[in-house]
Amino acid sequence: MSDHVELRTGAYADSVTLLQVSRQVQQLPGVATAQVAMATPLNVEVLERMGFAIPEEVTPNHLVVAIRMSDMTADGDVDAVRAEVDRAMTDSRRQVGGPTEDAPPRTTTAALRREPGALVLVSVPGASATVEAMDALESGSDVMVFSDNVPVEQELALKTYAARRDLLVMGPDCGTAVVGGLGLGFANVVAPGPVGIVAASGTGCQQVLALLDHAGVGVTTAYGVGGRDLSADIGGLATRTALARLDADPSVELALVISKPPAPEVAGELTAYAETLRIPVRLALLGPGRPDLTDATETLLRELGVDLPAWPVRGTTRAARGPRLHGLFVGGTMKQEAEVLVGEAGLAPGLCDLVDFGADEYTTGRAHPMIDPSLRLERLAAVAADPETGVLLMDVVLGHGAEPDPAASLAPAIHGIRPAVVITVVGTAHDPQGLDRQVGALAEAGAEVHLSNADATRRALEILAAPTTGDVR
Amino acid sequence: MTTAPHVVSTGVDLLAQAIEDQAAPVSRVDWRPPMADTEDDLATLALDPLRPDANAAALERMLDVQAILVDVLPASEAVGLERGDFLHAGPPISWERASGPLRGALMGGAVLEGLVDTPDQAAALLEGGLHVRLEPCHHRRTVGPMAGVVTPSMWMFVLEDPATGDRTHCTLNEGLGKVLRYGAYSPEVLTRLRWMNDVLGPLLQRAVRAAPPVDVTAILGQMLQMGDEAHNRNRAGTLMLLRDLAPAMVTSADGAGGPTRADVAEALRFVGANDHFFLNLAMPACKLALDAARDIPGSTMVVAMARNGTDFGIQVSGTGDTWFTGPAQVADGLYLGDYGPDDANPDIGDSAITETAGLGGFAMATAPAIVRFVGGSVPDALATTRRMREITVGENLRWSVPVLEFAGVPTGIDVTRVCRTGILPQINTGMAGKVAGVGQVGAGLVNPPADIFPSALAGLAQLSRARAATAPA
Repeated sequence: MSDHVELRTGAYADSVTLLQVSRQVQQLPGVATAQVAMATPLNVEVLERMGFAIPEEVTPNHLVVAIRMSDMTADGDVDAVRAEVDRAMTDSRRQVGGPTEDAPPRTTTAALRREPGALVLVSVPGASATVEAMDALESGSDVMVFSDNVPVEQELALKTYAARRDLLVMGPDCGTAVVGGLGLGFANVVAPGPVGIVAASGTGCQQVLALLDHAGVGVTTAYGVGGRDLSADIGGLATRTALARLDADPSVELALVISKPPAPEVAGELTAYAETLRIPVRLALLGPGRPDLTDATETLLRELGVDLPAWPVRGTTRAARGPRLHGLFVGGTMKQEAEVLVGEAGLAPGLCDLVDFGADEYTTGRAHPMIDPSLRLERLAAVAADPETGVLLMDVVLGHGAEPDPAASLAPAIHGIRPAVVITVVGTAHDPQGLDRQVGALAEAGAEVHLSNADATRRALEILAAPTTGDVR
Repeated sequence: MTTAPHVVSTGVDLLAQAIEDQAAPVSRVDWRPPMADTEDDLATLALDPLRPDANAAALERMLDVQAILVDVLPASEAVGLERGDFLHAGPPISWERASGPLRGALMGGAVLEGLVDTPDQAAALLEGGLHVRLEPCHHRRTVGPMAGVVTPSMWMFVLEDPATGDRTHCTLNEGLGKVLRYGAYSPEVLTRLRWMNDVLGPLLQRAVRAAPPVDVTAILGQMLQMGDEAHNRNRAGTLMLLRDLAPAMVTSADGAGGPTRADVAEALRFVGANDHFFLNLAMPACKLALDAARDIPGSTMVVAMARNGTDFGIQVSGTGDTWFTGPAQVADGLYLGDYGPDDANPDIGDSAITETAGLGGFAMATAPAIVRFVGGSVPDALATTRRMREITVGENLRWSVPVLEFAGVPTGIDVTRVCRTGILPQINTGMAGKVAGVGQVGAGLVNPPADIFPSALAGLAQLSRARAATAPA
């Protein structure tokens, strides 16, 4: 093996683009492994864990090209690989404009001069997100801030500015929204329908969309508001605007607010505000002693007079042969919901380890795990090999924006491993990945696959508690 | 029911792709990280409650100014210069740090004023500094092209905004080649200056006082439609000025004590043969407009860019009289005769006031005739004007560019947008020889040193934070 590591300056590309470049380079002949990434502390750590020696002078503004050639290759081949990196980087610079005199806009303001009134979707690094979002608001546009790592005082300032002008700030850290039937961010394909959603949680929203879709109920609009909107700091500024928008839309019959429990004073104001609206507002609040998302969805369906379907389950898994539950999540709300259920089941804290790979600490300068599964797969291999591990609980989130075929890497990774595997696949029938195909591949690889995360968590606990009865289904 | 919106996507291309996959319209912003370490300051200023209105006010005040040529006066009367006073271009500088062309012009000026007999004695006088005072033109409501040296006996155009009575000033243009403003001080240079003092200045004074008011702002609007960008090409403007003043120049020969007919003929020949004569009206017109935009708290708009041959400085509306300076760069362009890059002095002159006001490099698209002179192509020129719109607060619809569908010139450089995009103001400029006495060696394109914009940004952000800290909650 021989390693080649170089630092490049002035060569920025977003993490998703670099992931695609890395994948292209990894597939070249003679390459054992390769990473092309911005040198954030997390990425440097990952590279060092892979055994690459990163030069001392590295800063987060460097682009790192790390290539490991296999033994069989000649010395000159690394140059060919480097040339391929250059080519892939160049190709990734999408031609968004025509000739030089009509260059693409460089700021949100410039883009809105050409498309006044457009909805703005901001997904730049968190430190720059407020600046772009403010461009949108100053131009009179609503904005969805997909970026995370935005300070709460900036969020408050943005939302205060927006509230005075009847504009909506979705986010920061807003992973999903459906506006006028169009999915934004990580978005499931749903039919139009009578339910309007306001969600402080992206994957929580996706779980409800998936369950409603299975029950045959559509959603025309689902606004995200960001995880902190109903905190005392923000005071539900975006939630109020979003509810007002839903109320003004005659096609909406019922609104559902999905959030962590609000700060008490915010809850009071929200309830009072909801009473002034035409549409009934129902709350799905995640926390101990409260209904889980599946329960909340069932209540909603009953109110709409829809027959409750059975939530689908496919596949059978092994018996648990260890005492510990490992939860490896890409959806923050999926993890929180599991945490509540595990807590209620009284599982000793030492026997349970739930990780959200979408949390800020795993995503600074890196693509979200719904796009780049490598960190989770790495952890999966480690915990699968641990004899203490009894059950692995995971989620797979489908929809536009997410990996094109998550089962392609996850199914081989769980095939034949020792622990029992329970997976929630959050998706709708028309998602581009093919819900049925994804579920089938994972079930075939030895997982028990659910649509409901709450059901999946309960099953994981059940398998863990009854180690000899894993193959009950 | 809400319909699917047009989306502007700023950030990860995958999310734009996800929208395209749903057959919905999306515009992509070609976002790149801002200049190093500016994120926090940019966020502070994005959320500064004063900034949007302050910049709108700065632009509006600037565009409201009408520059009328009201008089021609010696500098002693126009701006109160006394014996031993020297104005110079750019931010403040001492003789010790002055470049060759500035030294040459100061030496010539000392001889012109009779402070010394020869340029060599002048060097000793200026080095001693005892009876001489150097001060930037900008500090006396004046702008000076290239070295910008003004001494008490030199005659100046006086421009006034009738609405406010505010005035700005500039000397009379000497022509090209061996001239004082390029640092030349040979006998022919001094002879010409004396003729300008004795004949041209008084003649123009009589003509201006007798003629209908010359609306410089309006002539600038017409020039742009005639292929002048009013920095390196002023041919149409010069001829329009002659059209407006020639009758009064001719009749000024009537009566006792007036110029002779030969003087008038010589003056008409001199002005008509000097394509740059109008530059010295364009510059103070730009300064008059920009001075109206000064000192607006919270405004991030640049109100002056100026160079003294050593330093490049900018002043910003929201930071008062502070100069943010960095090393002046050498222009990239074409050289006269057998001069080359080694002969050129770094950038010099207050003439970048034209770019600050949306002319010169910012209006390059309207002056295809000179794109080769400054080393470019016609598509470059169109791209430059469009690119400058990325960094300006707005456009000036009175100064429009026919080839860009009569778009107004990009106007009001915004420090935040320069830092966000890394796009530096594009300046068309002449190049002086770096040795005192040489004169002009070429012309080309130049940018400010990049670092002065983050410096100004930090200054603006500091003031913004101070305001936030003292503001009532």
